[in-house]
Amino acid sequence: MKILVCISNVPDTTSKINFVDNSTKFDATGVQFIIGPYDDYALARAIELKEATPGTTVTVINVGGAETEPTIRKALAIGADDAIRVNAEPTDSFFVASQIAEHAKEYDLVLMGRESIDFNGGVVHAMVGEILGIPSLSPVMKLEIEGTKVKMEREIEGGKEQVEANLPLVAGCQEPIAEWKIPNMRGIMSARTKPLKVVDPTAVEQTVLLQKFQLPAAKGAIKMISADNVAELVTLLKTEAKVL
Amino acid sequence: MPVLVFVETGDGKVRKTSLEAIAYANKMGSDVTAIVLGSAQIAELESLGKYGAKKVLHVADAKLDQAVIQVYASVLTKAMQDEGADILVLANSSLGTPVAAKVAIKTNASFASNVVELPSTTNGFVVKRSIYTGKAFSFVELKNLKKVIAIKKNAAEAKEIGGTATVVPYQVSLNDADFNTTITSSEKATGDILLPEAEIVVSGGRGLKGPEHWAILEELAKELRAATGCSKPVSDMGWRPHHEHVGQTGVKVAPQLYIAIGISGAIQHLAGVNSSKCIVVINKDADAPFFKAADYGIVGDAFDILPKLTAAVKASH
Repeated sequence: MKILVCISNVPDTTSKINFVDNSTKFDATGVQFIIGPYDDYALARAIELKEATPGTTVTVINVGGAETEPTIRKALAIGADDAIRVNAEPTDSFFVASQIAEHAKEYDLVLMGRESIDFNGGVVHAMVGEILGIPSLSPVMKLEIEGTKVKMEREIEGGKEQVEANLPLVAGCQEPIAEWKIPNMRGIMSARTKPLKVVDPTAVEQTVLLQKFQLPAAKGAIKMISADNVAELVTLLKTEAKVL
Repeated sequence: MPVLVFVETGDGKVRKTSLEAIAYANKMGSDVTAIVLGSAQIAELESLGKYGAKKVLHVADAKLDQAVIQVYASVLTKAMQDEGADILVLANSSLGTPVAAKVAIKTNASFASNVVELPSTTNGFVVKRSIYTGKAFSFVELKNLKKVIAIKKNAAEAKEIGGTATVVPYQVSLNDADFNTTITSSEKATGDILLPEAEIVVSGGRGLKGPEHWAILEELAKELRAATGCSKPVSDMGWRPHHEHVGQTGVKVAPQLYIAIGISGAIQHLAGVNSSKCIVVINKDADAPFFKAADYGIVGDAFDILPKLTAAVKASH
């Protein structure tokens, strides 16, 4: 079986977000980039499937500039066999999905996170499935393969559902589909020589255009209430905050 | 030209976030055609008029009672064509968002999810999106003639404006090949207020010391008619189900009031709550980082404060 894992290169979850160039560019100064946390779950599940089934290969794909290669190498260190980097800025969901779809046709299973934690579109899996004409499902919390059948557990508002579909399939993943894997020294050493193919993007019609970014308004000062006067909190929530 | 709004139902009831989608489309200044798929009560369909829908298309096919994303996407695509609608609006959800993405591809539409405000049309058709898990916004121009917009909770207020809607039975021939996923079973918390839609959320962390202590939190939630949530460690340890996990890798909530009890406020947790209008933090550690993100705070022991707070809420009714 051939598995394709799509990874995003995103700021660490503890990053402070800032913008430069008149709020049109993300300020990467001092920011640590990581494999998207949800993509990391997808990768971990792919490696588990590879370990459980001889003959399974795992390819990672990322849409991004050369600066994303340390993140791609980390995915290789975790256990992917090879990698593709589509040399383009991942501007929007449709653009990224179109690039992935271009390379995903020959794979049985396409896994990725439920969303990237930078733009939070949460639809690349659905778009890749639509472009390729194959089923897609997200957010998937469990995924088992039995022959050509895939059994999944999907989270829905206030619960979960069990879903079945046939390969080939696209799944957007989230915990607890697998435990994150940490690369070991052997993995890190071997990742250096694993194939990382850089390809040019396919031409895609630009459907959306980013104009600018904005930071939320600063939060006002906190009002502390004494533990001996809890009723005052209820009064303030009613009369001042007007949320009760 | 009408705007089409996909209205989700759960247990026969229209989702509140779908009412917000109708209000959103109505405020865009267009006639709103709502579409409901699967079995639904006529009164529930007619009630959409009160929120701004002029017409309600109802596809009563029982095959749609099970929400297969691919099938729903095809039906909505057909409805956009038949209605001459260039814009589809719906609420972000585990069903709506992927359906919207597929419709966007099928109709060659510009797509945006997580939209938080009405579009601005002074300089192109521009929507404001929540990004970086609530830590920032982006302004995005939707360039194509056709547009699909998935709105985040609170993008518009669902308010009764007193109109009436004509309910029109709508038939679509379903394509067997679209039934490409099969839901074999589902589990849903019953009777509870859905966490992503709740106006008040009471959330507990490790400070509650164990799942056996959740009753005092649930009592407060009941008194406030709130949904209950929890921090990641609490869900990781299995004290509470995963669908209650609020945070960067869990549910993102946007209630009027978020009450955090015994949660220190890791940045990953804050990412899930930063769209809340008002945040109350109760923690015995005065240095807990959550206080920096809160509107009101009480330094104190959860086991002491919670019963007092429940009693105070009860007394205020």
